[in-house]
Order: sequence, then C-alpha cells, then structure tokens
Amino acid sequence: MENATIVDKHPNAQPTNMETRPELASHRAGLSTTSVHAGEARRKPSDAITDSICCSSTFTFESTQCIIDYIEQKQDREEYGRYGNPNEKVVERKLAVLDSAEEAIVYSSGMAAIVGLLMAKLSAGDEIVIFDQCYHRSREFCSKHLSRFGIVTHQVATGDFQAMDKAINSRTKLLISESPTNPHLSVIDLEQFVALGKSRKVETLIDATLATPYNIRPIEYGVDYVWHSATKYMGGHNDLLAGVICGSKEKLTEVRKLRGILGGINSPHNMYLLERGLKTFALRMARHNENGQRIAEFLERHSRVEKVYYPGLKSHPSHEIAKRTMKGFGGLITFLVRDADWKQTAAIIDACSIPKIAPSLGGVESLIEQPFVMSYFDYSTEDRKRFGIEDNMIRMACGIEDTEDLIADLKQALSV
Amino acid sequence: MKFRTRAIHVGNEPDPATGAVVTPIHLATTFIQPGAGVWGQFDYARSGSPTRSAVERTVADLEGAAGALAFSSGMAATHCATMLHKSGDHILAGCDIYGGTFRLLHKICNRSGIEVSLAPADDAMQIQAAMKPNTKMVWIESIGNPRMTIPDIPAIAEIAHRGGALLGVDSTFAPPSILRPLELGADIVMHSATKYLGGHSDCLAGILATRDLELHKELYFVQNATGAVLGALESFLLQRGIKTLDLRMREQCKSALKIAQWLEHHPQVTRVLYPGLASHSNHARAKKFMGDQFGAMLSFEINGDFVRTKVVCQSTKLFGLAVSLGAVESLIAQPASMSHASYDAAAKAKYGITDSLIRISVGLEDPDDLIADLDQAIVLAGLA
Repeated sequence: MENATIVDKHPNAQPTNMETRPELASHRAGLSTTSVHAGEARRKPSDAITDSICCSSTFTFESTQCIIDYIEQKQDREEYGRYGNPNEKVVERKLAVLDSAEEAIVYSSGMAAIVGLLMAKLSAGDEIVIFDQCYHRSREFCSKHLSRFGIVTHQVATGDFQAMDKAINSRTKLLISESPTNPHLSVIDLEQFVALGKSRKVETLIDATLATPYNIRPIEYGVDYVWHSATKYMGGHNDLLAGVICGSKEKLTEVRKLRGILGGINSPHNMYLLERGLKTFALRMARHNENGQRIAEFLERHSRVEKVYYPGLKSHPSHEIAKRTMKGFGGLITFLVRDADWKQTAAIIDACSIPKIAPSLGGVESLIEQPFVMSYFDYSTEDRKRFGIEDNMIRMACGIEDTEDLIADLKQALSV
Repeated sequence: MKFRTRAIHVGNEPDPATGAVVTPIHLATTFIQPGAGVWGQFDYARSGSPTRSAVERTVADLEGAAGALAFSSGMAATHCATMLHKSGDHILAGCDIYGGTFRLLHKICNRSGIEVSLAPADDAMQIQAAMKPNTKMVWIESIGNPRMTIPDIPAIAEIAHRGGALLGVDSTFAPPSILRPLELGADIVMHSATKYLGGHSDCLAGILATRDLELHKELYFVQNATGAVLGALESFLLQRGIKTLDLRMREQCKSALKIAQWLEHHPQVTRVLYPGLASHSNHARAKKFMGDQFGAMLSFEINGDFVRTKVVCQSTKLFGLAVSLGAVESLIAQPASMSHASYDAAAKAKYGITDSLIRISVGLEDPDDLIADLDQAIVLAGLA
C-alpha cells in the first residue's frame, strides 16, 4: 500500500530532525499562522502536536566527548537550566519571528529583561538618554541603581528629539524610549529615533509592550533592541510573568551570556503557558485594538469625561504618527474625569463591575486603575505633576470581552 | 452580559484569599474540615475541588445549564450519562456518531444488559420509528461526524420526551458559542472539551451539563461514585482556553467556510460536506440553529483512489496528520484509513466513509495559508 512518493510524516522512530518550519522563519505567512506555528519544531518528540513541558534542571551528556563537542560548539544542545531550556528556546524563536528579529531572549519578568540588557551593555562612565514617559520602574532603575555603578542617566521630554540630541555625548551608549508610553500613550516617531541614533552612533531601545508586534515591529525601522513585558499581551491571560529582549544575534550574544550568570531566567511551566498564549496572539490583539478604539471613542463623547488619551483618536497629539506607523492602537486607554477629585474618580472605578481593579494590562480580563493611587501614591504632588499623573486620571486596560458589555458597564459607572 | 464576557468572568471571580485575577490551581486532594461530621465546601477532591468547580460554573453558565460536571475525558463524560441507565433499558443513538461512542454503546453498555440501536439522527421520523417502550435515552451529535449531518434537536427532544426518554446531545463539534442544545430542548449536553473548549490540543477533558438540577445531582452522584473527574491542572487549562473560545470559533468558522467554498470550486474535489454550504443537505437547519457559524469541521471527497487520498493527507505542511480536532492547529485525516479503518466495506458504504473522503479540522492559521497548503498537497498527489 505504501507509495514511494509519500512524504513520511509519521515514522515509528523518534524524530531526530528538530528543525523549525522553514516556511515560517519570517513574516511570509499570515500573522495568525505565525502565532500558531512559528518557532516550533515541525516534528516533536513522541510526534506530539504540542510541546512537552521539560522541567529538567540539568541535562545529561552521553559521554565526555559529547561535553567537549558541546564546548567546542559542534553541538547545539542544553547544558544546565540557567543557560536555557527547550521550552524557552521554542518561545524565543516564536517571539523573534513575530518581532522580525534574529534573536529573542526571555527573562523571568519585564524588569528582569531590561535590567539584563542594561547590565550587559553599560559600564561605569557610560551614559544613557531616556524619554521621561518611560515606565516609572525602568526610570527608577536607571536613576537610582545604574547610578550606583557610575552610569549616568539623562531624562528628556518624550518625543523631544532636539533635547535628546543635545543630551548625547561621546560617553552615550543607549537611547531609550517606550512607544506608546504609559499612561499617556504618546507614540514615538521611530524613523526620527533611529536616524538620531545612527547619526550619533548610539544604539536604540524601544519598550514596545503596549504596541506588540501585531501593531508595530520596531526592528523593521532599524531599532537595535525591542523590549516587551511579555506578561502583558504576549502571555495575554494574566497568568504568567515574562520579559523579552529582541535584536540581532550579534548584539545579543553577550546579553545572553550575562543572563546565564545573573540567572533571571523564566520557568518551563511559564514558557509553556506563554507559547500557548501566543497561539491566539493575533486573534486577541485584533480584539484588544477594536475594544480600545471603540471604548476610547465612547469615552470621548461622554459628558463626564474631560479628556481621553488614546492614539487612535484624532484629538491625541500622536494620532498622525500612530496612524502612519501602527496597525492598531492596543487596549490601553487613559482618561480624565471632569471636575472630579481623586476620591470621586475612585468612586467610578469602584462602581465598575466588569473591569477588575488591578495593576497590569494586556490580558483577556479588562483591568482598571487610578495611576495616582496604584503607582504614584507615595510621590509628592510636585513629582506627580511632573510625570503628568492627575488626580482624576483613570487607566483602563481593555480585555477581549464584548465591547457592548464594557461600554454599558462604563456608562453605569460614570453615572454614579 | 454577552457570551464572551461571561466566558471570561463567570467562574473566574477574583480569588477571595489573595485577590488573584485568575483562578488558582488547587492541587490539594483533601481539605481541612470545620469539625468532625461538619463539612466545609470541599472535602475530598474527587467530590469537588475549587479549580474544577470554577470551570464547571463557567461551562454551566455558557450552556444555560443548571449545573455542569467536568470529567477526565469526553468518553468518561459519555460513560457517566449511560450509567444513569440499567439492565433492560434501551438507548437509541444516531448513526453519524463518534466511533468511541459507538464502541462504548455496543461493547460496554451491552455488558450491563443495556439495549442499543441506531437510527439516522438527521431524520426525526426515523428516530420516532426507532423508539421503543423501554427507550430511556436518545443520544445524538449536534453536528454528525464525519458527514456533518445536523439533527432537528427540538423535534427529537419532543419525540424523546413523549416516549419518556432523555435527550443527550454530544455537541463537541458545536461549542456553546455557536449552539446550545439545552436551549433547544435537550436534557444533557456533552462535550469532549479536549476539542474546542480547551482549544489548544493540550488537555483531555469531558463535560456533562444539564438543564434540570435534579438530573445534574443524579449525574454528580454517578461521577462521585465512579471517580473519572478532571484534574486541577487540566481544569485550569480548560478555563484558560474557554476565555478565547468565542474569538477562536468565530475565526475558525469563517476560515472553514472560506476553505469549503474554495474546495467546492476545485476541479479535483468531487464533494464537500460542510453545513455552511448551500449544497449541504442540512444547510437550512444549520442556519436556523447556528446562525452564521457552522463549525470548523469539514469533509470532502477528491477525485482519486485510496492511495492518492492518503498522499494528500500526508503531504500537507500546516495541517497535521492526526485524529482529534478543534484546536488552534489545523489537522487532516483520512477516515477510511484512520478513524473508521475498522469498518468493513459494507459498513463504510452504509455510513458514507469512502476511500477518497478527507476530514479536516480548521485551526487558527490564516485561511489563505491553509488553502495554499491543501492546494499544494492535491498537486503533489498528482491530482492537478
């Protein structure tokens, strides 16, 4: 019965060829196809359709010669869990393809990722320039901790490339921005950002957590490093912490080595959940984008809303640049309640029944919070003003629930 | 609230102990009790556990059920439903049913003296004619496998109830986002939750949901007494999968329709069985019950013999050659050599399992990529 021309997809023996699907090595396939299949071996051990969770902390060598072959890089394999494991490799390949990057390195959290990169790239005497709307914990790490190692951080106004240019000197090693920023959703002109970096011979880093590769792929603009808190849209289910740095193989070699020393690695269980979450990445993002846009439009029309920050709205200062460069604008919306103090604003949040009150974003469940209370409660009034954190500000992270349900819920909460 | 919102939030209330936004995985097999002879909400994990109970509440809500039970597999769920019955009872099942159900009915239920017979479920008249005085349960599939027949659930429910029998519907091919058999008169809805509900090919699970609370309690008694319950890790994965069920189904149904239409116009394809096509014999009924989502399973026949059909199935790059269905990864199978290989020639002819029949489960990939993949496989089989 067997025909010689039949492609044998099901041998009895264990597959030895663990090559990933070559047709999915780039964006030639649709984004949903990429989300489901990219980075995974075409044939997996036991011919299982999904990857197994490999919890092994160490990996055995058949003989001394095998160790030598591994050291001499004749064999690509695992050694010890802190240097990587099979579940992590699959996810790293998938994330790299999604972001049009050569390489991706996964960490135990978003912050572990940025710290891992900065520690690998910077030495005492070096300087960095960072836009001031970056995630407050990244700014805190740069100003409070990198300074302890003799690294100088300059903060300049978000989107002010002239100020950034001025802050660069011969010791500057890295330009850092988020796009869109949190919670003001400012979108950076990546062409200008990259042009500045290239003309001054300084590397560039973008925190694209809020955008995701569904909406923009900064690597395609020439950005050197892309950073995501994969806890958010990539994982997508509010049930894992992870961070990722994407870039070229050459630039990331030392970064990976340092991770092996510092140990901010993720776990096989989390890596499996991340891989599983990524399968519906394109699907979920389309819905987050739609919810974000429609709810932002609803809020902008509402009489109790003073202002809405959402790049998909014409009223947002970044609208033109966002429209030109992004496929959609994500699920995060920030808005100000008209004539409300922080307690009246909190009452609206407390009156919501679908979005849950919690920090974070990017999961299927909608979340809502007041930045003043959640992240800036300990800051002085002056500092809050400096960071643009208003008392009457609400940040909503739209999940993938039905838009009508979320709007109905906000409507009733705003009438409280 | 709408379906998708409930799929995300019902049964997923923030954890009272920690405020966690996602149901914790409770691996505990036993629970400390408030006093001797005083029972807390949970006692022993076979009888109930927090993670399983959470996903059971989610599914009950989505099916419009009084209660739902989660089992270790779809077959464990079906088996539980058959254990409601006793020696001398008769179960009447549809012809177009899953082979595992066929085996359970004919090789296991018969051991306890339960009588079994089959009738075509897409013809309510024939179901009526096959009813017996001792018929205690009618068991059908809401979308038949592999010919995608669609039964008239309300009509069959009426026939079953008039005869004093329960109607059980295996709705594995049509999850609650597209069809809710309990709302159409069925008493029990069963799912191999391994398929669309879980949706990621990574957990085996079964569901029984009922309209009536008393029936739910009876089934719970059987489940607790026999023990084929769903584990906590799988309960967690199942609940996680259900959060994207509506999104996945919408996309997969849309892709399936597009692929079915493409196949229908392919010169080497002789027949396409998909309820969303006007050419399908049950199309009108499918539209009435499922609106514009007709599931993501389809079968088709190609202009080739057993070997060429086999070559098509083995030559796809995106479609995996495997049994099962309902996940993000597309799958392809040749029923004649795989799921129905044990049928003799006569049975194959009777149930429409031809050598050139191919069954596909459409996943989440871009439909254009899937069409290109099928096209190249058909060419590779020398059929272009």
